[in-house]
This record gives sequence, C-alpha cells and structure tokens, in this order.
Amino acid sequence: MSVVARFRKKVFRSKAIPRPSRSNWAIHGYYFILPFFVIFVAFQLYPILYSLYLSFSNWDGFSAPSFVGLRNYERLLSDHLFYKSLLNTLVIWVMSIVPQLFLALTLALILNEKFIRGKHFFRAVFYFPNIVTPVTIGVLFSLLFDWQTGAVNKLLEALNIVDHPINWLGRPLLSQVLVAVVMVWQWFGYNMLLYIAGLQSIPSEIQEAARVDGANGVQVALKVTIPLLRPVILFTIITSIIGGMQIFDVPFTLSKNGPENSTLTVVMYLYQTAFERSQYSYAATIAYATFILIAVFSLLAFKLARSRQEE
Amino acid sequence: MRRSTPTVKIPSRKGAYATRIGIYALLVSLAAICLLPFYSMLIASTHGSDEISSQLLLLPGNQFLDNYHRLIGTINVWKGFLHSLYITVTSTVLALYFSALAAYGFSKYPFKGRGFLFGFVIATMMIPSQLGIIGFFKQMSMLNLLNTYWPLILPSIANAFGIFFLKQICDSAVPRELLESARIDGASELHIFHRIVLPLLVPSLATLGIFLFISKWNSFLEPLIIIFDNEKQTLPVMVAMTKGQFRTDYGAQYVGVLISVVPILAVFAAASKRIIGGISVGALKE
Repeated sequence: MSVVARFRKKVFRSKAIPRPSRSNWAIHGYYFILPFFVIFVAFQLYPILYSLYLSFSNWDGFSAPSFVGLRNYERLLSDHLFYKSLLNTLVIWVMSIVPQLFLALTLALILNEKFIRGKHFFRAVFYFPNIVTPVTIGVLFSLLFDWQTGAVNKLLEALNIVDHPINWLGRPLLSQVLVAVVMVWQWFGYNMLLYIAGLQSIPSEIQEAARVDGANGVQVALKVTIPLLRPVILFTIITSIIGGMQIFDVPFTLSKNGPENSTLTVVMYLYQTAFERSQYSYAATIAYATFILIAVFSLLAFKLARSRQEE
Repeated sequence: MRRSTPTVKIPSRKGAYATRIGIYALLVSLAAICLLPFYSMLIASTHGSDEISSQLLLLPGNQFLDNYHRLIGTINVWKGFLHSLYITVTSTVLALYFSALAAYGFSKYPFKGRGFLFGFVIATMMIPSQLGIIGFFKQMSMLNLLNTYWPLILPSIANAFGIFFLKQICDSAVPRELLESARIDGASELHIFHRIVLPLLVPSLATLGIFLFISKWNSFLEPLIIIFDNEKQTLPVMVAMTKGQFRTDYGAQYVGVLISVVPILAVFAAASKRIIGGISVGALKE
C-alpha cells in the first residue's frame, strides 16, 4: 500500500469528511446486527452445542464431564419413564389442541361477523388468560380443583351436578384431562386472535360472491373461509407443536407428576433428571431426543399440509 | 354484485333471532369461564382457610389482611416483585434497543449476505428454549454467574422475534429519503439511528415492549434453575413456593396468586387494544 493510499484511508476514517461511497455506509449494517449474533452465539448456540457434547458424556454436576459415547442414548431407548413422559405430553397436547383450535376458529368466525356487539370486550376477555403467569395459573387451578377444599367441587355440589366431590387428581386420565382443560383455557383466546387477523386479510368480496351464489353462512365458512385460512391454521398447529412439547409450568404446580406419573411431561422429566437427581448429562440427552422428535413432527405437519394444498 | 345482499340473509327472522341469542349465550358463558377463576381468587383471598375449605364463597370476607400478613411473614413476595421488575425492565429495554438496531440494519443497509443472515435469525425462533438449557446451566456455573441476575438479563439482547417484528415496521415506516438527507448533512450512522429511526419506531416499540415485558415477567424455569437463594427469587417462583410452604393455608396462597395476577391485569386494562393489535401484526408473518 502506497503512502498516499494509507493517508487517504486515515482521512476518510475520520469524522470530518463525509463518507464518499455507498458501500462505505452499507457496512454499518454489519455493525448493527452484530450484537444479536454475538449474544446469540455466546448464550444460545454455545449452550446448545455444549448440551450436545454433554449428551455424549457423563456429568453429575461436580466432577468434570467424561466422554461415554452413546451410553446415554442407549439408556434413553430403554427408559420407560422417558417413553411415558413422551406419551403423556402427546396425550395432553392432543386433548388440548383439538378443542382449542376448534373453539378458536368458531369464535373467530363469530366475532368477525358484523352484527356482533361488544367485539372488543369479548376478544380481550378470551385472550386475558393467555398473559397471566402460567405458574400462577397452575397454583390457582390447583387450589380451585382441590377435591376436598376447592371451589369447583363446591360449585358442582351446590348446583346438584354431582353428589360427591370429584377427585380430579385421583385418576391418571382425569388428571391429564384437567391439565389439557387448563391449557385450552390458557390458549384458545390467543389462537382466536390469530384467526381473526387471518380472516380480516381475506377480501370480503370472496365471501359475498359465495353468498350471491346461494351458499348459507355455514357453507361459506366451511367451503370458502376455512380453506383460505389454511396458512394461518398451519402456523398455529406448528407453533403449538413446539409449545406443546414444552409443557412445564402448569403441571409443575397444578398436579406435579400426577397419579402414576400421568402428568409427568418431557420437560418436567428433563428438569427432575437434571436438577433433582443431578444427572445433567442424561437430561441433555432427553433434550436432544425430544428436539429431534419435535423437528420431525413439525416437518410432517408441514409436508402433510402442503401436499393437501396441492391436491 | 352486491345487489342481492338483502335477500340472501337468513330467511326466517325468528330463526335468525334465536341464532343470535344462542351465539350471545355462548360468548357470555365463555367470558364467564375466563373470568370466574379470577373472581374466585379475589373472593377467596379475603377469607380464612376454614371458610375456603368448607363452603362455596361468593362474597368477599374480611380476612384479607390476616392472609396477607401470614404470607409476607414467611415469603416476602414484594422482594420477589422487585426482583422480577428489575430483571424484566432491564431485559425489555436491552431487547428493544438491540432488536431495533438489528432490524434497522437488516431493513436499510444493503450489505452482502443480508437475506441469508435474516433467514438465519428467523430460523432461530423455531429452536425450543429447553434444548440448550443444560449446557447453559453448565456454562453459567463455569462463569460463576449462577445465583446472579446476569444469566436472566444478558441473553435478552438477542431477540429474534423483536428483530422480525421491527423489521416489518422499519420497511414501511422509515422513509429512505429521510436517511439520505441526514447522511448528506453529515450525520453519523449511529446518530441517524438514535435521532431519526428510534423516534419513528416508538409506537411499535411500545407494542413489542409490552409483549417482551409480559413474557419475561412470566418466565419460570430459568430463574428456578439459575437462582438458588430463595431471598433472591423472582415473583413467579415465590408464588410457586407458596404451595409447598402453606400447604393448608389456602387464604395466604390465594393472596400470593392475587399479587401475581393484579399487575398483569393492570397492564392489560391499560393497553388491551395495543396488545390485541400487536398479535395481529405478529400473525402476518405467514
């Protein structure tokens, strides 16, 4: 580099002279996105890769981790409690997602009608449970559904719906239903808002044209509106797969492991393995195995929806 | 096309009337289901445990202060409240500032690899947060940061959703001409961001800020594993602790739940329109 070029570079770097070329300011884009990538690599990517390493090692939290190859994964394959937690998570997820999305879609269609009054009020009330601290909801429902002292049984008895208090957390399936019901209660309003946003992006001419052709309200909804909403529905299903696999806060305080470990979810099992039994590396294995399953499920859902769309 | 709209309405007026009543009945009963648990919480927090456990309570009692003092005597939830507030406010401010910076960078600077890097940021949103949690715990223990608030605050700087959300706003709400004229006047790039872009983004920052605030305020698993010292815990963890500590003292537990719910209710009452509007913006991504 010549002396002149070096001098020029120095001068242009100083603030006194405005930057001459476009490429010179465009480089600032890198500086502006840099903090995200630095923090992402340091606090997300590194822990994720470190977890991968730990999943192939043996670490109890005190001594240094030692490499053990596939031993944790072999243990996982024959760990019936892992399968049970996986099945529990799946059962709770299905029992919550189906009524949740059905309810959300129905309400979105209703609240999108012009004649309904108090739309804002209903939207706000249906959505509110979603922003209340999930752990608090778990504690609240554990108090309300306590079979001897909770308000729900008191109410059911007062209304003569039941003769004897129902022991909600006494049977495996009932406990799972209870967790699922709480999740429906938490999430239907959120999904409803997504569907309403989707409905509002559909031009009303399409529905009007169908009505002119003689379709009634229900037909328009089933044959015209819902197919047009497919991308939003797909989005809610995929996000709920990711969210559903993470069920933790509510069962953690509402039912703990439940009768016969029926409400032990994958993340609860992960938490207990690491932080109650100090088997950190095995917990990392659980995390990775679960992640692979989530990825496969999401991809399947995506592929399935896409292939149907093409038909 | 619109000429026949009146005739295609549901033919029988009586039928339409019944349908409407049915629809309103559904809406009102669902609204009741959404609100009753909170009403029950409010009522129960004002009664002693024997009353709560023996009868259906519909009206407020006068035991609130007794319940409250028993709760505070064992678990200082106001301390938890302050810890949560400190962590949440600092995290939200950091996330907003750095998300806006990155969103602006992605939106207005034509650097090489921009499309790929933005796609990468979006892809990171699909990673479940529990995947790296064991590695994160080990990393924090090696850095001697366990039982401090750093692990709860610092990672907030990298917020993919914030970047995604604000980039859409930057694309539409920040005119290129304004930036170019500032550049001609000799303003530095960071100066342009601080003086021109940030002010233009304020309404969207408010919306995003509410969401980030709520999700940080509600987080539970992270403080549960990072903070050992019960005195240093956040509010959600303290509320969860009341279950173990107050077993049959239901009144005190209800007060703990109440203290956790009321701030969120207040935020929601003040900003429900903005919050609900913000969800629609987030949904436009597909």
